[in-house]
Amino acid sequence: MSASKAYEAGVKEYRDKYWTPDYVPLDTDLLACFKVVGQEGVPKEEVAAAVAAESSTGTWSTVWSEYLTDLEFYKGRAYRIEDVPGDPSAFYTFIAYPLDLFEEGSVVNVLTSLVGNVFGFKALRSLRLEDIRFPIAYIKTCGGPPAGIQLERDRLNKYGRPLLGATIKPKLGLSAKNYGRAVYECLRGGLDLTKDDENINSQPFMRWRDRWDFVAEAIDKAERETGERKGHYLNVTASTPEEMYKRAEYAKELNMPIIMHDFLTGGFTANTGLANWCRENGVLLHIHRAMHAVIDRNPHHGIHFRVLAKCLRLSGGDQLHTGTVVGKLEGDRNSTLGFVDQLRESFVPEDRSRGVFFDQDWGSMPGVFAVASGGIHVWHMPALVTIFGDDSILQFGGGTQGHPWGNAAGACANRVALEASVKARNEGREIEKEARDILTEAASHSPELAIAMETWKEIKFEFDTVDKLDVK
Amino acid sequence: MNTQGDYQTIATLETFGFLPKFTADDVQKQIAYMVANGWSPAIEHEHPSNKMETYWTMWKLPFFGETNMQTILSELEACRRSYPDHNIRLIGYDPYTQSQPVCFVVHEG
Repeated sequence: MSASKAYEAGVKEYRDKYWTPDYVPLDTDLLACFKVVGQEGVPKEEVAAAVAAESSTGTWSTVWSEYLTDLEFYKGRAYRIEDVPGDPSAFYTFIAYPLDLFEEGSVVNVLTSLVGNVFGFKALRSLRLEDIRFPIAYIKTCGGPPAGIQLERDRLNKYGRPLLGATIKPKLGLSAKNYGRAVYECLRGGLDLTKDDENINSQPFMRWRDRWDFVAEAIDKAERETGERKGHYLNVTASTPEEMYKRAEYAKELNMPIIMHDFLTGGFTANTGLANWCRENGVLLHIHRAMHAVIDRNPHHGIHFRVLAKCLRLSGGDQLHTGTVVGKLEGDRNSTLGFVDQLRESFVPEDRSRGVFFDQDWGSMPGVFAVASGGIHVWHMPALVTIFGDDSILQFGGGTQGHPWGNAAGACANRVALEASVKARNEGREIEKEARDILTEAASHSPELAIAMETWKEIKFEFDTVDKLDVK
Repeated sequence: MNTQGDYQTIATLETFGFLPKFTADDVQKQIAYMVANGWSPAIEHEHPSNKMETYWTMWKLPFFGETNMQTILSELEACRRSYPDHNIRLIGYDPYTQSQPVCFVVHEG
C-alpha cells in the first residue's frame, strides 16, 4: 500500500496534476482534441491542463474530499500539445479521459463533461472541440442508427445509386391537402423520398395529423403508379417528448417508412429516445441539423461538425445532413469527406488532410446515409455523385420544384441526370470532368432535363469557406 | 397554346428506369463494372403483377466467381427465353456490405 498524502488546502497550478506529457493513452480512453487560444501570458501547458481538469475531475481549489477517492484513476490528462498549421494564435491540446468518467450509452453525458463549463473558463480566450476518439468499448454501449444503410436500402428497395429527395416548398404556409399534392407530384415524377422542411411541425395552417393523412395517400398512389417504393420524412420534432412519440406512433399506424427529427434543437436525449423507438418499431429516422452552424462554423470556438456527426451516429439516426460542398451552404470538400466517412465507414484512420485527428473504430455499428441538401440542381449532379458516392441522399428542393413544368418534370430531370451520371461512372468515365457531355447526352432523350439545364445554367454559389481546415 | 409538356407517370421499376432501354453493350459494361469490383452477378425474374414484392424468383444461383461477361449475357438471354413475359433484373452482390451495389431491370415483361 502506498503512503497517503497529507491534505494541503489552497490553489495549485493545474499542470502539476493534469499535464502528463509521458502518458500513453489506453485503448479504452476517450480521447479529445481541442483547439485553444489561451489568455496572454499563460503557458500552453497550464492552459491545456486547465482544459483537462475543468472537463473532468478538477475544480479551481483543492478540496479535502478528493482524498477519499483515487483521482489518479479518474482524472483527464492533457498528454500532447501541437501547433495549429497556419494559425500562430492557437494550439491543439490532446486530452485522454478514462472510460469510467462517462455513463454508458450517453452522448449527453460525454458532451456535458467535454463541452460544459470549460467553454466559459476565463483562462481561455476561445476553445473548440475538434475531434473525439470514442473507444470501441464505449461505442458498443450505444444504440446507434435504428436501421443503418444496408437495411434501409433493403426496406426501400434502392440499390446501386444515391437516393433522390426534395424538401417540399414553400416551406411554410401550405394546407395539408395542397402539401400532399406537392409530395405526390415529386414522387410520381421520380424522387424516392420527400421531406418536411425543418420549420414544419404542427402550425395553424397545417396540423401534423392532417399532413400525415394526405402524405400517406400521396405515397400510396405514387407507389402503385410507378412500381417503386416511396417515402416522406414526417417531421415529429415537437415541444415535448410525449407529443413527439404520439406523432411517431401515428406515422407507424399509417405504415409510413420514415420519420424525421432535428437532433440539435430537439436535443440528444429526445433524439436517442426516438432512435430507440424507431429501432423497436421498424421505422427509419431522418436527421436534420438546424442550429449546427451556430455551434460549428467559428474556427476558434465551439464544436466541429465532425464531433456532432459522430455523436449523432452514436445517438441514432439513419440519415444525416452533411452539406453539399457545391451548393448554397458552407462546406469544405476535404473536411466534408472527413465527417462523411465517420458516418458510413466501420473504421476511419487518422487523416489530418481531412481534419480527422484520431483513428476511429466503429466496430459493428451500422452506417448513416449522408444527406446533401441546399441550393443544388442538375448541373451539380456529376460532382455530387463523385463527392458523396452511392450511400448518400441528394436533395433538390428548388432544383425540383422550380422546374418550369412543375414538380413531376423537375423530379424526372433530376432522376435522369442522376442515373446518367451513375451509368457513366460505372462505365469508367470521369464524370466530374465530363459533366457537360454526360448531361447533354442524357438531355437528348429527356426534354425535362434539357429544360432544367437551361433554367439553372448560370446558378453558382462561389463564396469562400469560412470554416477552413487548418493548413499552411 | 401553352408550351408546357404533359408529364405522364410511368412505371419505372427503380434504378436506371429513367434511361433509354440498355443495349447489349450497355449491359456488358455494367457487368464489367461488377466483375471488376469482385461482386457476384445474379439474375432474378418475376411476373410484372408481383413487381413490388421483395423476393423475385432466382434464375439459377448467383454466378459466384464468374468473370466471363459472355456467360452472364447468355444466362440473361436464356432467362428471357424461358420467361418472356417476366421482368428480369441483373444484380451484383457484395458479400462485405451484404447489399447490391448493382441492381437494375434489364428486360420488362
